Amino acid sequence: MFRPETAAPLNALVQTLLHNPHPTLSAGERELIATYVSRLNTCKYCCNIHGAIAQHQLGNNAEIVKQVLANPETAPISSKMKALLKIAAKVQSGGKNVATDDIAFARAEGATDIEIHDTVLIAAAFCMYNRYVDGLATWQPDNEELYDKMGEQRAREGYLTPPFKVSH
Amino acid sequence: MPHITLPPNVPGIRSLFIFRPETGGPLCDLAQTLLYNPHPTLSAGERETIAAYVSNLNTCKYCTNSHAAIARHQLGEDAGIVKQVLANPETAPISSKLKALLNIAAKVQSGGKNVTENDVAFAREEGATDIEIHDTVLIAAAFCMYNRYVDGLATWQPDDGELYDKMGELRAREGYHNSSSTQLIT
Repeated sequence: MFRPETAAPLNALVQTLLHNPHPTLSAGERELIATYVSRLNTCKYCCNIHGAIAQHQLGNNAEIVKQVLANPETAPISSKMKALLKIAAKVQSGGKNVATDDIAFARAEGATDIEIHDTVLIAAAFCMYNRYVDGLATWQPDNEELYDKMGEQRAREGYLTPPFKVSH
Repeated sequence: MPHITLPPNVPGIRSLFIFRPETGGPLCDLAQTLLYNPHPTLSAGERETIAAYVSNLNTCKYCTNSHAAIARHQLGEDAGIVKQVLANPETAPISSKLKALLNIAAKVQSGGKNVTENDVAFAREEGATDIEIHDTVLIAAAFCMYNRYVDGLATWQPDDGELYDKMGELRAREGYHNSSSTQLIT
């Protein structure tokens, strides 16, 4: 906890975007968007941790996460989710890259205003979290079991509880 | 036209805060903490200048104009530096430390991994502290979010210098939690 003043709104934002109840998108779907954007930004820590949380939110299904990261188009997810992930990728490359056609396509697959809004904001927020974590060269362990444990904890408790202690 | 149905006559991020107050709360708190609340060493004007500079690199018209206006009001008689920083930080009449921090901010904008040990060592030589380096990275990262949010939903971004100046004056005086800037427009 180097800077608790900024940690508080950063944790409140991720809790609201990814963990709190949502009218239509499951926590697992929202975590998939966060994981996918973190992968596009090549942020190892965020991609591994949100991938693990997504897996636990999706009934411990690692296969969906793996396939979304490999190629959302061929992953076993809804057409609406594919359209939202496409918008997320556009946001990652730059806000102005989201085209009217991308939005129309998502709407045709059933996406609502709130789903489009939250997808854009999750993608934008992970362009922040990823840069924050990489820009200060934080410690990003290579330990799948550790990410799995952290993922299980966050899927269950959300983002506002203290982390368990990691010995290293 | 915005990509989703937003309240009319409210510009930029404020229209999104009204659309989704659940996320507007923490987003507003983050801006208040990073840019407005007292800081051990960086002035509000310096922090707003970093925000305006990164928003300009991301070509986000609304955020660049708003934060440049807030920076000018925070900087008082040094208001002229904002335009020069946006044009070229290297030749702007600012401290070497602020130049080194703006260099780090530009690296963060292009991607977190682009911040090198040399960039950080150079900032330290110019007197930058850990908190200053931390906050510069986080301000730059946060504006990579705010800019994408505002542009990604195609919010209304007016072309009216006087309007940005009025908003800048209000935010410099009252911070980010007062929402009355919307009344300047409606």
